[in-house]
Amino acid sequence: MPETTTIKAITSTLAVAMRADERVFVLGEDVAEGGPYTATAGLAEEFGTARVINTPISEAAITGVAIGAAQSGMRPVLEIMFVDFITLALDQLVNGAAKAHFMSGGQLTVPLVLRTQGGAGQRGAAQHSQSLESWLTHVPGLKVVMPSRPADAAGLLLSAIADPNPVVFIENKTLYFRKGDVPDPAPAVPIGEAVTLRTGGDVTIVALSRLVHDALAAADRLAAEYGIEAEVIDPRTLVPLDLDAIVRSVERTGRLVVAHEAVEHGGFGAEIAAQVQAAAFDFLDAPVERVGAPFAPIPFSAPLEDAYLPGADEIVAAVRGMLG
Amino acid sequence: MRALGREQALGLLATMWRIRLFEEQVSALHRAAEVPGLVHLSTGQEGVAAAVCSQLRDDDAVYSGHRAHGHAIAKGAPLDRLLAELMGRDSGLCRGLGGSMHVVDVAHGFLGATGVVGGNIPIALGSALAARLRGDDAVAVVFFGDGAVQAGHFNETVNLASLWALPLILVCENNGFAEFTPRSAHTNVERVSDVVAPYDVERATVDGNDVTAVWEAFGGYLASARAGGGPFLLECLTRRLRGHYEGDATKYEPASAENDPIERFRSRFDADEADAVRAEAEAEVERAVRFARESPFPAPGLIAEMVYADA
Repeated sequence: MPETTTIKAITSTLAVAMRADERVFVLGEDVAEGGPYTATAGLAEEFGTARVINTPISEAAITGVAIGAAQSGMRPVLEIMFVDFITLALDQLVNGAAKAHFMSGGQLTVPLVLRTQGGAGQRGAAQHSQSLESWLTHVPGLKVVMPSRPADAAGLLLSAIADPNPVVFIENKTLYFRKGDVPDPAPAVPIGEAVTLRTGGDVTIVALSRLVHDALAAADRLAAEYGIEAEVIDPRTLVPLDLDAIVRSVERTGRLVVAHEAVEHGGFGAEIAAQVQAAAFDFLDAPVERVGAPFAPIPFSAPLEDAYLPGADEIVAAVRGMLG
Repeated sequence: MRALGREQALGLLATMWRIRLFEEQVSALHRAAEVPGLVHLSTGQEGVAAAVCSQLRDDDAVYSGHRAHGHAIAKGAPLDRLLAELMGRDSGLCRGLGGSMHVVDVAHGFLGATGVVGGNIPIALGSALAARLRGDDAVAVVFFGDGAVQAGHFNETVNLASLWALPLILVCENNGFAEFTPRSAHTNVERVSDVVAPYDVERATVDGNDVTAVWEAFGGYLASARAGGGPFLLECLTRRLRGHYEGDATKYEPASAENDPIERFRSRFDADEADAVRAEAEAEVERAVRFARESPFPAPGLIAEMVYADA
């Protein structure tokens, strides 16, 4: 199986989708030049600038344009360069895209993919590093996808483009150049299906995006150093959430840690914890533990950013606290 | 320039009466609590809706704002299902899920109203982009008030429309008031057509209560847009003859015949002929009221059913 990076998996998936369906087009700031992380590199050369459309720095308007094009039968893939700037697009996304199907009694559909990326660790400071997915999961009508591995990025992007609903597709900038096996051609990964990446009987760790890799590293340490076997689940999509996969695991392990890079307060981990305790209260041997960032903006200074970010150490500590 | 023919003119009068009498009925039903929620009427502005939409096809996308009943009707929305929507019934255009501020009628290319001032302006540009990508001659039209012009998304959209030269026709109904406040309190730019001047958008300001003037000016832009031109901005100076919303206690200037597009336009016809058009519209509105009242409310199960489209 060929090994590739997440960023290359995304680029080649966009090309596959554009070859397969003339309605698919890409728009966003600097997309014809490839963008800051090369996600759209080479697409303008293959498909032309009529389908790989550079836009001005007008997040509200370009989100509206994508919605209108989708309502009129096209399949836009809109790039918002940093998830931090989704604030500027939220009116269009929340009041427009998310509600159009519902408010029209099913007459309108908005088959729109909004690709964006978040995450800290590159000294981008507080306006270029955030994890804002929980805001989006609060809006009925949006689907929210957060892949952590190249094959999932490719497979979920295929499913997102084929979906008749608006899908927010949140990548992580620190995972872009991480390699993984991706079949050629990459099969579609269904939206709403979790994957269990490691099995274990002592504790379930549900991790999002970058923290999936930290959870796997933490699980290896827990096994080697403390004899604790952790099961690691990547939900891959937050809305809809594959609660069954998580509950099935918790029924065996009796313990759950939810880990994400977003601020813990009001983060999506709280939703997972609430849903699991409602569905599997009798199986839990301990309160659900959450691992997330402190309630503070992301600091710039390198040692401060390192101290701020949750990772494998925090996951190990949370598990040991439960089993200690 | 094409001249407005007699049959077309009679059609415009009929459309204006249908809008006027429909909205008068909506006002009465709102006072009687049969139409709930927020209702914004376009009384006095019917001429713009009629003159613009009568020239469009079902595959042209029309968008509006919160004062949208007239645009929906002029684009072809049936009065009975529109009123049923305003009364929250299952037979409503949007099955009672949208209401007055979110009316949509896809079958007639009315892609919708919005409760967010100016919110549909960039979305309309997206429909214009879709027409360009498909390679057909459909156009997109968006109605908005002068209050939307001070919003960022208006200015972002005008820049994009001009940059991409898309077949979008921006129709501003400048009624002099943004919600409750006169335009002069919100901006130093009196004419909306002046706002877009730096973008070199082809533009005009017309008397929006002169139906023929709106029809001719819009018709010229439409022909150019079909032939690949655009964007265009048509500013129609008009007057709201009622408040911002039904129940609004603000004092506005009283209506006069000069401010009423129907009064001005009906003088083209014999009194008998004009009265017959009005009577027909009246009967249609009465039928719509019966239809809506007899329609059941949607079942609560509809809520969960409509959040997502089936994959």
